[in-house]
Amino acid sequence: MLGKLGLSAIPWSQPIPLITSLAVMLILLGVLVLITVKGWWPYLWREWITSVDHKRIGVMYCLLGVVMLIRGFADAIMMRSQQALAIGGPGYLPPEHYDQVFSAHGTIMILFGAMPLVLGLMNFVVPLQLGVRDVAFPTFNSVGFWLTASAALLVNVSLFVGEFARTGWLPYPPLSETAYSPGVGVDYYLWAVQISGIGTLITGINIVTTVLKMRCHGMSYLRMPVFCWTALASCLLIVATFPILTATLAMLTLDRYVGWHYFTNTAGGNPMMFVNLVWAWGHPEVYILVLPAFGVFSEIFPTFSGKPLFGYRSMVVATLFICIVSMTVWLHHFFTMGAGAAVNTFFGISSSIIAVGTGVKIYNWIFTMYGGRVRFEVPMLWSMGFIFTFIIGGLTGVLLAVPPADFLTHNSMFLVAHFHNVIIGAVVFAIFAALEYWFPKAFGFRLDGRWGTAAFWFAFVGFWVTFAPLYILGLAGMTRRLQHINFPEWAPWLYVSAAGVVILILGVISQVLELVLSIRRRDQLRDTTGDPWDGRSLEWSTPSPPPFFNFAVMPNVEGEEAYWGIKLRAIETQQLSPEPNYQPIEMPLDSPVGFYTAFFSFVFGFAMIWYIWWLAIVALVAAFAGFVVFAWRDEHEFEVSVDEVARADRARREAREAILARLARQEAAP
Amino acid sequence: MTDTGLPASVAALRRVREDPHRLGHRPHDGREPVRGIGMGTTGPAHKRIIVGYGFWIFLLSDIVMFSCFFAAFAVQRDATAGGPKMADIVDLQRVAIETAALLLSSYTCMLSFAATNVRNLLLTQVFLFLTGLLGLVFVLLEAWEFIDLANRGITPQRSGMLTAFFGLVGLHGVHVTAGGLWLATMMAQVQVKGFRRHIVHRLICFNLFWHALDIVWIGIFTVVYLIGSLS
Repeated sequence: MLGKLGLSAIPWSQPIPLITSLAVMLILLGVLVLITVKGWWPYLWREWITSVDHKRIGVMYCLLGVVMLIRGFADAIMMRSQQALAIGGPGYLPPEHYDQVFSAHGTIMILFGAMPLVLGLMNFVVPLQLGVRDVAFPTFNSVGFWLTASAALLVNVSLFVGEFARTGWLPYPPLSETAYSPGVGVDYYLWAVQISGIGTLITGINIVTTVLKMRCHGMSYLRMPVFCWTALASCLLIVATFPILTATLAMLTLDRYVGWHYFTNTAGGNPMMFVNLVWAWGHPEVYILVLPAFGVFSEIFPTFSGKPLFGYRSMVVATLFICIVSMTVWLHHFFTMGAGAAVNTFFGISSSIIAVGTGVKIYNWIFTMYGGRVRFEVPMLWSMGFIFTFIIGGLTGVLLAVPPADFLTHNSMFLVAHFHNVIIGAVVFAIFAALEYWFPKAFGFRLDGRWGTAAFWFAFVGFWVTFAPLYILGLAGMTRRLQHINFPEWAPWLYVSAAGVVILILGVISQVLELVLSIRRRDQLRDTTGDPWDGRSLEWSTPSPPPFFNFAVMPNVEGEEAYWGIKLRAIETQQLSPEPNYQPIEMPLDSPVGFYTAFFSFVFGFAMIWYIWWLAIVALVAAFAGFVVFAWRDEHEFEVSVDEVARADRARREAREAILARLARQEAAP
Repeated sequence: MTDTGLPASVAALRRVREDPHRLGHRPHDGREPVRGIGMGTTGPAHKRIIVGYGFWIFLLSDIVMFSCFFAAFAVQRDATAGGPKMADIVDLQRVAIETAALLLSSYTCMLSFAATNVRNLLLTQVFLFLTGLLGLVFVLLEAWEFIDLANRGITPQRSGMLTAFFGLVGLHGVHVTAGGLWLATMMAQVQVKGFRRHIVHRLICFNLFWHALDIVWIGIFTVVYLIGSLS
């Protein structure tokens, strides 16, 4: 009846996961009680859960990502402290638990922390920057988000019911085959990643179609902000490579569930085929994350330097160059496979060549600041910290791309330091820069920069104190994923690294404090202008927060930096463009289908993990029935009346006229 | 362009002032592109274009997924683990009938869309039904093939080669089955709701899907069955 599920699935004998999950469940229960007592359910259901508004979905993606980043950071704290405490001793985490911690850390950070944040930013920003009212497929977008959220829930359920994979964040066979991992850990990984992968693919298709087919009038490709270019490149990579992940994990699933022989080490299975396939997805995945990060910096540097981006066209070319070449480098993750000199040379050279495209970008950002009026606001701090950190991460990457050198550092702590250096240095820094930068657009008030500055400095210093020692340890011969350490001479560096984590904790606290304090002081921090940073692209031409239809009248773009041109003209002529002739707007209707589908996907995943076949069938049938019912509805859109459009836009125009008047007064003053 | 109606000299001067290096102002190959297809500076495409385009992108991703299963088959073709080889399991006659059924179903599918384009409900339904029927013939023949092999002890659990064979062919079979479910749903929708805009868009997507499955099958027929029968 319940398959493999029983009371023994709950880790009664392991106090750490037991107490943690009880605490999390208590907090969750508290939140649910609070929502019920305050009567917020109808609001949440109407305005958020069933919303198909790309801005709301973007915000929910980011919220999910931030929560998961903290969850993954908790794993990181355990790993660093275990290694500091387990020098010549067992430490406090037994091997079978420590293995789950590092597997969960990687999976959660990449697939449930960084990915939702990047997807959320693209969802929120791209339609606003392109001057359109929503993404191409709004309801589908909601389905994608809720699938990702239900997959994240599935991963976290593994903490309390059963176990998580002990195989690392990419479950290499034959270790991940049933013979060596008989438990449910790998199955949790497989179904959670499959479900979230479908969600990611949906967003990828959506953004590609939006960018290629829905740009507003006048927005030719070469007038798009660079963030839109990077979002396009990233989503092209999603469309081209996430199916590889889906296929690979499906093959592993068939091996595990029905005894097939794709990757087994018996009967003609081929474990290295898994490694090749999974990295054919895994390396482009790195660029799926980092390209939008580059896009964020390409928005922030011009804005806070008061200058157009240096070398716009070379930036576009470099983005697409990276997009394409990123699919031809996967083998550098396993030069030690023994593919031979010719193959390793090819992949070594292609991996090094990517640095050319990245180098072009770095110079462009530096030259954007050169001669500009640089304002050291929090987003700019993150961006400048990124340049410094990322260059070093990139250089160690070029070192790893040289096959003979890689043979020495393969799977060492040097590698761990390298990829944290690029992923934290670029993706995480970009995420915090972007949250600070677009927060006023999303919520209508700024974040108080003081705690944000503190968060940056703690993170920047904490990052280097944590990871610089790992480079040294790697060169000294320490391999990754060690549960205990037998070399006392490594102890000093491990202690330094653990101290770095303490600094990073201060950074996390500062970031949370910034958010909480800013919410409490939101009336003083209110952004009434819609353009708090003196921005250059179209999202700053809308009020903060934008109305659900984004633009009362579709913009007509006449050059690069669309909003900058409009703004200059308004300042020059001391007036806004004449009031347009307002028309009613068609907007998509909200729909619960995303939430519904995700709920049954969660049930399906859970049932498959625990071999509860009847429940899996019920969930599949229910999901299909839901789709048919949804497809049956006749009304897909509703009309926003001319009055409502005009009211919203007149309020926006008033705010803009106030800015013009203020600027005129400033100019007139001696 | 916004310059129409101005003397050429004035327009040229204005262009130079706005953008001295002519960055991002060159029209695509000197012609203004057609409106409503989302190209160049013409603004958002029509919904029909957007839906079809998005579905194409999905199909591309689906084909990438198939390509992984093709790659696995190529890698494991000789990994027979002492079991049967490809040549031992191919029944070309049955596969020929399967192929004929599927290709014919693509033809009837296209005819159904021709009927949709002239808004002929009866012919649309008739040809959709024929498409589904031929699809069913294909799936049943494939199921018969699998059962036949299983009865001879030839199962995916036997060897890496058989795993890759059943995986690739089975994935295509699952796609055709899912397409059949979709087709049945579409027939019901067309019958009840007629040719509403959204329904026609879905029919476009269904057509694309069905033809894409044909293209994949041609790959399977060649790589798996024809080349397999030679080895």
